[in-house]
Amino acid sequence: MASLKDIKLKIVGIKKTAQITKAMNMVAAAKLRGAQQRMEDFRPYAEKFSGVMGELAGAGINPDAFPLMAARPVKKVMLILVTSDRGLCGSFNANITKVAENFLKTQQEEGREGCLACVGKKGNAFFKRGPFEILHSSVGIMDNIQMFNARQVGQEVINLFLEEKVDEVQLVYGRFINVAVQRPTMNRILPISTEGLEEAEGGGAEGPKATYTYEPDPEEILNQLLPMFVNVQIMHAMLETGASEQAARMTAMDNATRACEDMIDDLTMVFNKARQSAITAELMDIVGGAEALK
Amino acid sequence: MANKILLEVVTPSKLLVSEEVELATAPGADGVFGAMANHAPLLATLKIGEMHYLNEGNTVRMALSGGFCDVSNNRMTVLAESAEISTEIDAERALRAKERAERRLQEAETRKEEIDLARAQAALARALTRIQIAGH
Repeated sequence: MASLKDIKLKIVGIKKTAQITKAMNMVAAAKLRGAQQRMEDFRPYAEKFSGVMGELAGAGINPDAFPLMAARPVKKVMLILVTSDRGLCGSFNANITKVAENFLKTQQEEGREGCLACVGKKGNAFFKRGPFEILHSSVGIMDNIQMFNARQVGQEVINLFLEEKVDEVQLVYGRFINVAVQRPTMNRILPISTEGLEEAEGGGAEGPKATYTYEPDPEEILNQLLPMFVNVQIMHAMLETGASEQAARMTAMDNATRACEDMIDDLTMVFNKARQSAITAELMDIVGGAEALK
Repeated sequence: MANKILLEVVTPSKLLVSEEVELATAPGADGVFGAMANHAPLLATLKIGEMHYLNEGNTVRMALSGGFCDVSNNRMTVLAESAEISTEIDAERALRAKERAERRLQEAETRKEEIDLARAQAALARALTRIQIAGH
C-alpha cells in the first residue's frame, strides 16, 4: 500500500486540477454568453439576407445563367471544415472531423476527389497528414470572429469554384442547438440552390404580392448578392461553432471537475484507512512492548 | 405614424437602426434615392457613401460601405456590410485609413495589379465617406 505521504500528495494534486477545471468551466460560461450574443446579433442580418434572396429567386431568374448557381458534374468536392482553435472541449472537434472524414471517404468511394478548407486549428491539425488535400486554412481566428475572416474564406472558395478546380462545396460545422447539445451539421453552399429560400419566403409572405422595382436589374443585383450569400453562410457557421465550442467546454470541464471530486473522495477513503491501520499497528507495538516488560 | 416608414439598418454585427422615419435616403448603385411612407417595392444595391434619415426635424447621417436595400410593405431594410452613425465615427482612424489607402493606391498603380487597385480604391472611398460625414 502507498504510504500516507504519497496519498496526501496525490490528493493535493487532484484538488489543484479540480480548481483549474472549475475555473475553465466558469471562463467558458462567460465566453458562451458573449458568443451567444454575437450569434443573436448576426441573426437579423442573415434572416433579412435570406428574405431578399428569396424575393429575387421568386423573380423568375434562370439559375443556369449564374456561374455560382450552375450545377455541373461533380469531379472534386470541397469541404469547408469549421472547428475550434483550442482543445479541452470534450469530443466536440472529434465529432465534427469524424463527419468530415466519413463524408470525404464516401465521396472517394464514389469516385470523386475530396479536398478541404479548414477554419480553426483543430480540423487543420487532424487532416494535416492527409490523405485529403487542404487547399485553404484559416487558423487562430475563432477567438475573435469577424466578417472579414468569413469574407476571406468565401473569396478563396468562390475563386476555386469559378476556376472549376472544385465542383461542389459543402460546409460542416458544430451547430449550436442548446447548451447541452451541439450537433455536427453539413450544408451545401456551392452551387447555390434557391429551393430552401423560396420556402422560407412563402411562409413569411403577407398581403398581396407587389411587383418589385429593381435597381439595377435583378441579374445584376443577384450577381452581387451571391458571393455575399456564401460569406454570410460561412460567417454563420463560424459563429455557431464558436458558441458550440464554449458550450462543449463548459460540459467537459464540469465533468472533469466532478471526476476530480470522485477521485478525491476515493483517495480520502484510502488515506483514512491507511491512517487507521498505521495507528492500529502502532498500538499493537506499544501493547506488545508493555507485555514484554512484565 | 401613417406618414412614416420603418427604417431598419442591419449589419453583420448588429441591428443599428430600427425606427419610424419620415424620409430616408440611400446611395443606390444607380444614384441616390429617397424613400418615404408607402414607397413602391424596390430592391437596390448600394454603393459606398452617405445615407441619412429624417425624423421629427432631426437628421441622422450615416457612413455606409456597400450593401443593398429592400423597400416593401412600408418598411425599408438596409443590409450594409458596415454602417456607422456620424457621431460614432472615429475621425482619426478614418484619416489614417485614408493615408494608408492612398499609399496602397500608388503602389498598385505602379505595379499595375488590378485587384489591389480595386481594393485600395474601395478603401479610399470608405475612408473619404467617413471623414466627410464625421466632419459635419
